[in-house]
Amino acid sequence: MHMKNAAITVVAPIVFTVALFALWEAACKLLALPITVLPAPTDIWAAFRQFQKPIIENSLVTLVNTMIGFAIAVVFGLLLGIAVGWHRAIYAAIYPVLIGFNSVPKVAVVPVLILWFGIGAIPAIITAFLISFFPIVVNVATGLATTEPELEDVLRALGASKLDIMRKVGIPRSLPYFFGSLKVAVTLAFVGAVVSETVGSNKGIGFLMLSAQANFQVPLVFAGLMALAVEGIVLYAITAAIEMRFTGWAFRGQQR
Amino acid sequence: MSAGQTSPDLVRLKNVTMHYGRGSSAVKAIDDVTLDIRKGEVIAVVGPSGCGKSSLMKLISGLHMASAGSVTVEGAPVKGPLKSVGMAFQSSNLLPWRTIVDNVLLPLEIVEPHRSRIRRERKTYRTRAEDLLAQVGLGGFTEKFPWQLSGGMQQRTSICRALVHEPEILMLDEPFGALDAFTREELWCTLRDIQQKRGVTVMLVTHDLREAVFLADTVYVMSNRPGRIVKRQEITLPRPRDLEVTYTQPFQDLVHELRSLIGGAH
Repeated sequence: MHMKNAAITVVAPIVFTVALFALWEAACKLLALPITVLPAPTDIWAAFRQFQKPIIENSLVTLVNTMIGFAIAVVFGLLLGIAVGWHRAIYAAIYPVLIGFNSVPKVAVVPVLILWFGIGAIPAIITAFLISFFPIVVNVATGLATTEPELEDVLRALGASKLDIMRKVGIPRSLPYFFGSLKVAVTLAFVGAVVSETVGSNKGIGFLMLSAQANFQVPLVFAGLMALAVEGIVLYAITAAIEMRFTGWAFRGQQR
Repeated sequence: MSAGQTSPDLVRLKNVTMHYGRGSSAVKAIDDVTLDIRKGEVIAVVGPSGCGKSSLMKLISGLHMASAGSVTVEGAPVKGPLKSVGMAFQSSNLLPWRTIVDNVLLPLEIVEPHRSRIRRERKTYRTRAEDLLAQVGLGGFTEKFPWQLSGGMQQRTSICRALVHEPEILMLDEPFGALDAFTREELWCTLRDIQQKRGVTVMLVTHDLREAVFLADTVYVMSNRPGRIVKRQEITLPRPRDLEVTYTQPFQDLVHELRSLIGGAH
């Protein structure tokens, strides 16, 4: 039974991914698609080998911008989430603005950021932060708001303060929500950084792809996309592993 | 308990009325209730659902204030949450990220004087919690997590959590309501034994009349909302009571009589 599970979780994704690329390759070759429309995976790989150095360098820039923006989002999102979950009045006061803010497409904010901070890393970091803190806030607040009222009675009857209840119950309870939101937030932060780099920057994978597009180097554009996908998967996997480590108790159904 | 007959009153409610909400939208939950609970007494409050049984509990534990009348515990009027109360509900409400023994230790991390001591004397307190768990038959389960235990065991843990800080009053709000009939009777006996051993005062809110008669010294029957006390019934069946007593005629008669006082189709 155990072996079979391992086979499913390891083999299935590999088979699917390989099949997808094989299909892509076959389609490009059979339909004789021009490389400027859709390059085959082998063409993309060739472009990657050719431009290995700039791709890796710019990927790292994007990664660093993402991580800084994400880190700020985690701290800010956690604090704001606790504030929102703390009291109904704070929730009522902040929520409309928060939703309005979240509805603004962040790509529209980037020009303003560039106006303020100039071309460079700062607009990318801020965009990554702006786009990724919202799910953290919402999830932490939800986790706090769903504390069982009876459990609160048990503790209040013992003379527990609001802070006690938060520390002993509310915050541990909302941790699965918090870590769950990190998976979403980290991918969003990545999107934010790349969007900002694409609109105006002189470094980063978004900038690289924009330059490649201007030069009509379509395989390089796709190589950039692939690099983004791989980085995104890695970031997701890391946060998922952290989630498992800290809130394994919430996954008990799957562990059995 | 018969020995407790002479003990002084621990809780005293005099002409108590209680509302939820304020102004014109206020709902009267309890109407003119007067009752006394002696130290070491087990009282059961029964009645139709929504009759304010749980409100009565909130009133005595200080989670909710009376709108008229007086509530005193040990002679002092209740003005806020009483620390000398332990509570358990129909759902065990255990924290899934804590082991059984750590769940039981939770109240000690909140109530003084344990709160400031527990860090230094964790071991002593741990032993105390383990002893308590052993008394309810959970000796080998202290390091398990709640979800690894059956519903009945979770409920035993919940009762231990309510008792660990040695409260004066144990408040149980339909604690066995979600359990199957056999487990429920098993837990009646657990509660009976631990109450006898510790002499704790118990207020049991239930809609199970057999449960009330089996466990209580005095049963109070409440009416539909707003809740009033329509009957105070002393249960004089000799103690210690065995499950066999539930099949005897006097027991059946008591249950039958109480049933006739509660409305609804027969």
